[in-house]
Amino acid sequence: MVSHLPIAALSVDLISDFRQLTAYPFMVNALEAGTIVAVIAGVVGWFMVLRRETFAGHTLSVMAFPGATFALLLGLSAAVGYYAFCGACAVVIGVSAGGTRRHRGEESAVTGTVQAFGLACGFLFLSLYQGVLAGYENLLFGDFLGITRGQVLTLAIVCVLALGFFVIVGRPLLFASVDDPVARAAGVPVRGLSLAFMLALGLTVAATAQITGALLVFALLVAPAATAQLITPRIGASLVLTVLLGVLITWVGLALAYFYNYPVGFYLTAVAFSVYVIARLARAAIDHPTLLQARSRAVHAPA
Amino acid sequence: MFAHEFVRNAWLAGSAIAIASGLIGYFVVLRAQVFAGDALSHVAFTGALAAAAAGIDIRIGLFAATILIALLLGALGDRSHADDVAIGVTFAAILGLGVYFLALFSTGSGGGNGLLGARTLFGSIFGLSATDALIAALIAAGIIAVVLAIARPLLFASVDAGVAAARGVPVRALGLLLLALLGATTAEATQAIGALLLLGLLAAPAGAAQRLTANPYHALGLSAGLALGSTWAGLTISYLIPKLPPSSAIIAVAAGIYLTAFLATSNLRQLRPRRAISMISRTET
Repeated sequence: MVSHLPIAALSVDLISDFRQLTAYPFMVNALEAGTIVAVIAGVVGWFMVLRRETFAGHTLSVMAFPGATFALLLGLSAAVGYYAFCGACAVVIGVSAGGTRRHRGEESAVTGTVQAFGLACGFLFLSLYQGVLAGYENLLFGDFLGITRGQVLTLAIVCVLALGFFVIVGRPLLFASVDDPVARAAGVPVRGLSLAFMLALGLTVAATAQITGALLVFALLVAPAATAQLITPRIGASLVLTVLLGVLITWVGLALAYFYNYPVGFYLTAVAFSVYVIARLARAAIDHPTLLQARSRAVHAPA
Repeated sequence: MFAHEFVRNAWLAGSAIAIASGLIGYFVVLRAQVFAGDALSHVAFTGALAAAAAGIDIRIGLFAATILIALLLGALGDRSHADDVAIGVTFAAILGLGVYFLALFSTGSGGGNGLLGARTLFGSIFGLSATDALIAALIAAGIIAVVLAIARPLLFASVDAGVAAARGVPVRALGLLLLALLGATTAEATQAIGALLLLGLLAAPAGAAQRLTANPYHALGLSAGLALGSTWAGLTISYLIPKLPPSSAIIAVAAGIYLTAFLATSNLRQLRPRRAISMISRTET
């Protein structure tokens, strides 16, 4: 049904067009910001996928929308709203998840409610704003044309801070993510770490949303990490691969949006998804198919 | 307030959709599949815009996309529980496709058409015509009937899939059917409160109901009742305060109910013996 979409146009030669891409300052800003965002979203997303917190990650990423509309309503800079709302939502989810971890269903109900409520607030702010409705699409789906030097600088600072956070807590966080009870027994402050991680996730998402828009941040968070973890089980390798894939996806997406007149969010997600599907097919081809069947049969009949 | 036709339409469609969402939502929360609902709501956006771009009835796009993807999610996953990461990657891509259709549709119809996008994302329950409302109510009634018919085995399969399968309950088929119903509900609710907000109507009443009662049948009824109450209250509030969009009001009421239930039961819960045991086993390591 959708196979006639211009996926064929993806075969653009990046290297020869590089000079053209960097001809305008706005595009240089966009590429720099995109690279920074890809690096940090990759690292945070890698932990998010490992910890199976994709739903929380998605909820945090849509919080950028009420943040931006709230800032718009008060006449503040959108970035302030992004950081405030994503940060606050991270704390809410982190704290309530700590209280409901006994039941996964309940945890997901809390997350879903927080998400819908945040978006409802965003819609309310937007209707109160009375401004032109045309702008809302950029908040949701991203706009890479208006990135300023100041924003690039802020992004760089956030990125350095977040990377510093992961350098410090990376090892215990990894331990807690892989084996929660053993980490607890070894004296790792699991709850504190998970709250801190949620906060780092929120702030990263706030930074990323400025490029990709509130609804599509999630693509940059989840797709490179999911692809890399499919390709290799080794921690260091897959982390590096995540970052590389994220940067690659962002560059290809931005370049396509520059050359062809459709939203950047569409190209980002399309490229990210293609890479993921290729990795998944390759993985399925490498793993012995009959082995897979046997394993799923074993899972189906546990009782 | 009921003198206006648009209000009557909104109440008719809203009530039917609320009950369907409340019933489905209970099972979705019980099975920890809210993320699948989240994914399907984004699929609904793409489906609606694809239909708009192709120039056919939006409802066709909505139902076709959500039910198809719901079955796909079920097929991908083990025992109809799709893998969260796979869901995440897929729906991000589908949403990106929706953005493409939005751009295609906006340029195709000569620009100035952010309206359809906004209506799909955030709903326009006061904009439903009498026919729209009637169709929505009939489809919702169908969903409700199916859910009630399979409620008992579905409950069994959700609480203990292994034992249910051993007793001959078709666990996998029921899971797929639930996902298809979830897809249909998503398509329904998109017309009323929008693709982005319907998650609140699925998750909040069900979460509150689960907190308030341990009996699954009471919780199922309570969930539908709370969803209905939220919708009625939200519609009334937004009628009285025209600046407040109806979908925002409905979700705000639903979230408020959940918060109240959460706070009211969070102290009681720790006193229950079963909870205490599971807490000890989790934290004493």
